[in-house]
Amino acid sequence: MDWLNAIVQGTLLGGLYALFAAGLSLIFGVMRLVNIAHGDLIVLAAYLGLTVTSATGIHPLVALVLVVPTMGAIGYVLQRGLLNQTLGDDLLPPLLVTFGLSVILQNGLLEVYTADPQKMDAGALETASFALGDLTLGVLPVLTFLVALVVIWGLQWTFYHTSLGRAFRAVSDNQDIAQLMGLNRRHIFGLAMALALAVTAIAGILLGIRTSFDPSIGGGRLIFGFEAVIIGGLGNLWGTLAGGVILGVAQTVGAKIDPGWQILSGHIVFLVILAIRPNGLFPRIAA
Amino acid sequence: MPDTILQISDLDAFYGDFQALYGVELDVKPGEILAIIGANGAGKTTLMRSITGLLDNGANQIKYRGKDISSLRADEVAMRGLAMVPEGRQLFPSLSVRENLMIGAQVGRSGPWDLDAVYRLFPILKDRKDQGATSLSGGQQQMVAIGRALMANPDLILFDEISLGLAPIIIKDIYKALPDIIGEGMSAMIVEQDITKALSVSSRVYCLQEGRVSLESASDTVSREDISRAYFGIE
Repeated sequence: MDWLNAIVQGTLLGGLYALFAAGLSLIFGVMRLVNIAHGDLIVLAAYLGLTVTSATGIHPLVALVLVVPTMGAIGYVLQRGLLNQTLGDDLLPPLLVTFGLSVILQNGLLEVYTADPQKMDAGALETASFALGDLTLGVLPVLTFLVALVVIWGLQWTFYHTSLGRAFRAVSDNQDIAQLMGLNRRHIFGLAMALALAVTAIAGILLGIRTSFDPSIGGGRLIFGFEAVIIGGLGNLWGTLAGGVILGVAQTVGAKIDPGWQILSGHIVFLVILAIRPNGLFPRIAA
Repeated sequence: MPDTILQISDLDAFYGDFQALYGVELDVKPGEILAIIGANGAGKTTLMRSITGLLDNGANQIKYRGKDISSLRADEVAMRGLAMVPEGRQLFPSLSVRENLMIGAQVGRSGPWDLDAVYRLFPILKDRKDQGATSLSGGQQQMVAIGRALMANPDLILFDEISLGLAPIIIKDIYKALPDIIGEGMSAMIVEQDITKALSVSSRVYCLQEGRVSLESASDTVSREDISRAYFGIE
């Protein structure tokens, strides 16, 4: 029973990791940009949520109404103002610039919010739980997992059933030809980053309700996000969810064996999958 | 109405330090089909990239409907009614046939061409509309590329190497469809390696040689000797 419990809890944790990863997956898919600052942007969203909730007293989940559009706007401005300038045939400039952005964000957050761990107060939601057979499930982890399902379904639907998604795929396939079709790639990239950071906002708020956070934890969230993306296979959002779940289960099962093994076992499973299936478990069918 | 739809004057084009076009002068009149011929590396594709805004140009080198479009981005040029069927089709592999056609309409210009009109012109595309665009045969892909350009309802359509890599029977079909395509008051520029084909469909012909215009002539009166001289630079 304990093992089943570990697997179920790990699966639910995987929902959060999938939310970390979805934004990364999306921007890599559209513009081949590896965003090293992604984890710090998640933390930024958590702090924005903290500011909103402590200033207005509203529930963190209600704060999403403000934080999601704010992060979306930050994403668009960041892309048009900075990241578009780094994109080209060379993969290195965007890596370096987003690495620098990560350093700036961490130190900026440290300056404004100090290094003290913070937490958002979500009231009864934090501890609420219900019984399912012999298992006891926390309402918040279940909610997080459902949100991840909805977000990934929504992104998938946007990609394959809207003109925006068509534009994302066209620009991803061939930027020059997409430009000939009247698509301004700089604007499309801006929209992709806005969408990615809107998802990041959801991830950041849920993270901030679940655990305490401080300005230094972005790097760890980036790694979990990366691992989920790579395990699932680049460019496949449902694969990303599966990757998050595998990582989450590996961590909780590892912790069950020995509490010190939680993070390590996640990394080991990631490495094993990378060694056996370098393209991930569910890579997008090659065009 | 201006007597030229596209006016190119003293156009130079560069790839870094390498100069690919030298002082090209060229014009397209409304409703005409213009052929561009020239050997590989003569600058034909560069000319297309300059016109469509994929390459940066100097001011006032390219005028479209009397307005300077030299420094516009490619998407802005497309919005003004200039479409291209690029060399090698260049369809979007992640998009279905129907989506490839739809993306051509992204510029939002109204006119006779919509999905139904393209399906009437190339009925096979309707049967294949949900297939991945690059799963089609070369000829069918060329139909999608042509349909995609038509969906923009352009005034001027550029065909870059329209028959390159296609079977002769397919080339014949595509040339047979050409009058229907361009019949609706559109102008066209056709870059073609098959000189006979190029001359048979066009009213005027330009030859490029090492980045310069080496010949400009009416297509029905040009002589073989003039063409070989302009093409190869042999006296």
